[in-house]
Amino acid sequence: MDYFTHSIEELHTMLVNKDITVEQLVTTTFDNIENTDKKINAFITLNKEAATKAAKELDEKGIDEDNLLSGIPVAIKDNILTKELKTTAGSKMLENFVPVYDATVMEKLHNDGAINVGKLNMDEFAMGSSSETSHYGNVHNPWDLNKVPGGSSGGSAAAVAAGEVIATLGTDTGGSVRQPAAFNGVYGFKPSYGRVSRWGVIAFSSSLDQVGILSKRVKDAAAVLTSISGEDDKDYTSAQVEVPNFVKELSSDMTGKKIAVPSEFMGEGINEDIKEVIKNALNEFEKMGATIETVSLPDIKNAVPTYFILASSEASSNLQRFDGIRYGFRASDVKNLEDVFVKTRSEGFGEEVKRRLMLGTFALSAGYYDAYFKKAAQVRTLINQEIANVFEKYDYIMGPTTPTTAFNIGAKIDDPVTMYMNDMLTIPANMAGVPAASIPAGTVDGMPVGLQIIGQRFNDQSVLDASYAYEQANKFYENKPSMKGDN
Amino acid sequence: MIDKEQIKHVASLAKLEFSDEEFDEFAEKFQETIKMEDMLTHIDTKGVEPTTNLSTRTTTFREDVAQKEQSRELLMKNVPEEKDGLIKVPSILDTEGDN
Repeated sequence: MDYFTHSIEELHTMLVNKDITVEQLVTTTFDNIENTDKKINAFITLNKEAATKAAKELDEKGIDEDNLLSGIPVAIKDNILTKELKTTAGSKMLENFVPVYDATVMEKLHNDGAINVGKLNMDEFAMGSSSETSHYGNVHNPWDLNKVPGGSSGGSAAAVAAGEVIATLGTDTGGSVRQPAAFNGVYGFKPSYGRVSRWGVIAFSSSLDQVGILSKRVKDAAAVLTSISGEDDKDYTSAQVEVPNFVKELSSDMTGKKIAVPSEFMGEGINEDIKEVIKNALNEFEKMGATIETVSLPDIKNAVPTYFILASSEASSNLQRFDGIRYGFRASDVKNLEDVFVKTRSEGFGEEVKRRLMLGTFALSAGYYDAYFKKAAQVRTLINQEIANVFEKYDYIMGPTTPTTAFNIGAKIDDPVTMYMNDMLTIPANMAGVPAASIPAGTVDGMPVGLQIIGQRFNDQSVLDASYAYEQANKFYENKPSMKGDN
Repeated sequence: MIDKEQIKHVASLAKLEFSDEEFDEFAEKFQETIKMEDMLTHIDTKGVEPTTNLSTRTTTFREDVAQKEQSRELLMKNVPEEKDGLIKVPSILDTEGDN
């Protein structure tokens, strides 16, 4: 089974009609992964035994005909805790870590009958934009194996693009779902902050992190979002808002919708060919009855430095827990307790994680707090106000997801500041906590381009609707990646 | 600009250490990162409230009912070193080859 041709709905119908059993579906999924993943390296761990057992049990019990996810194999980014299944966050620090409980999103997926086939490769602790900071090797872009899949949810995007699995969970702190979705020609959805519980998601930056979905088709993402959404007693930041059935509510009517295109999204630093693809995409929305207007968001140019202070500061606090005492890697050859902390962290974390911990520690340290952390938190307010002002008049903000298409493996990893600029167009949605998606809009030199669709906070449905409407107009999902290139 | 001594101080706060060989390269890239951050100093933020979280709710209380928590056995599962059901750590004071 490869997942190039079917949607979750179609697979569901096949399962209901008993054209295929859950066990057959799971078995052929693993066969394909074992074959395809030699080229892609999207998976860190396969969940073969438990998934096969769950499939058999579901076949015996019969699948839930009212639930689209019943019996559907999915895969999970490796920073989401999976009970009794190794969860590494892409780090040496957690090489042997086996969680004793499930993240809330996993409980919800299990309750709906989805089957976890494995854990997906990623930038270490979700810090990176190319999946090159993983301790478990590079992920290769199925459209050109010499190129990066983006990051940090690079494995989650590449696995879907390569037809290994139909939908995956990723996480998005500054664009980590949308940027790899754009690079791999798949759909990526970051929900409103608070829509999905973060309980059991290895924390990077708690005020920005949100679990997201990668899939080939918009409706598939809507089905997964319906499953994983909702208030959670275990996460104080999960919001007390109603969860609609995002699939049943899907509408492709764009008549009268108002779309704002920030001039900054179509200006300097954005590849010219990408701008052309995006202009064509916006024309499609016009044809569907929407209006397009250019707006200016001048504070957005400060989004990258603001993000790196805030996200790194929160990370420096969140990652203090990795001390070699209760779980994870512990350095050997230590003489005292202080040594355990310092050597464990220095040997267990990779270079990019160390850089962010250093930046965050610096920004929070005595004498620098006001100039860096507080300043960035104030600039975040300015950015959020700008976005809120746009949403007083418009339904959507649209533009490209990324300034360039996927770049070569090794091209930017030695230049952190250039690497950070990858996220300039995706960070604003995290700052403001608004829902945002990337949907494939075309290609430039054979590599996919993503259209970014940003909506109002907690109006996740509207972002899915616009995505659904555009998907029907452009049908990019009919394209198949070449899987060519050296590996 | 942040100098190398300051970077070493930050490393000690973050409980990180760098070998002499890796330090120079790390420091150079770190200084580049800080240079990018200095873009922020020119922005007028007088009177602007900082945003540090996006939570939409105020403190709430759950019902005070007994809950089943993780067992001691489960909690000890990922402990790197244990002895008699307790987490083992090296002595706090330097023991120089005597642990």
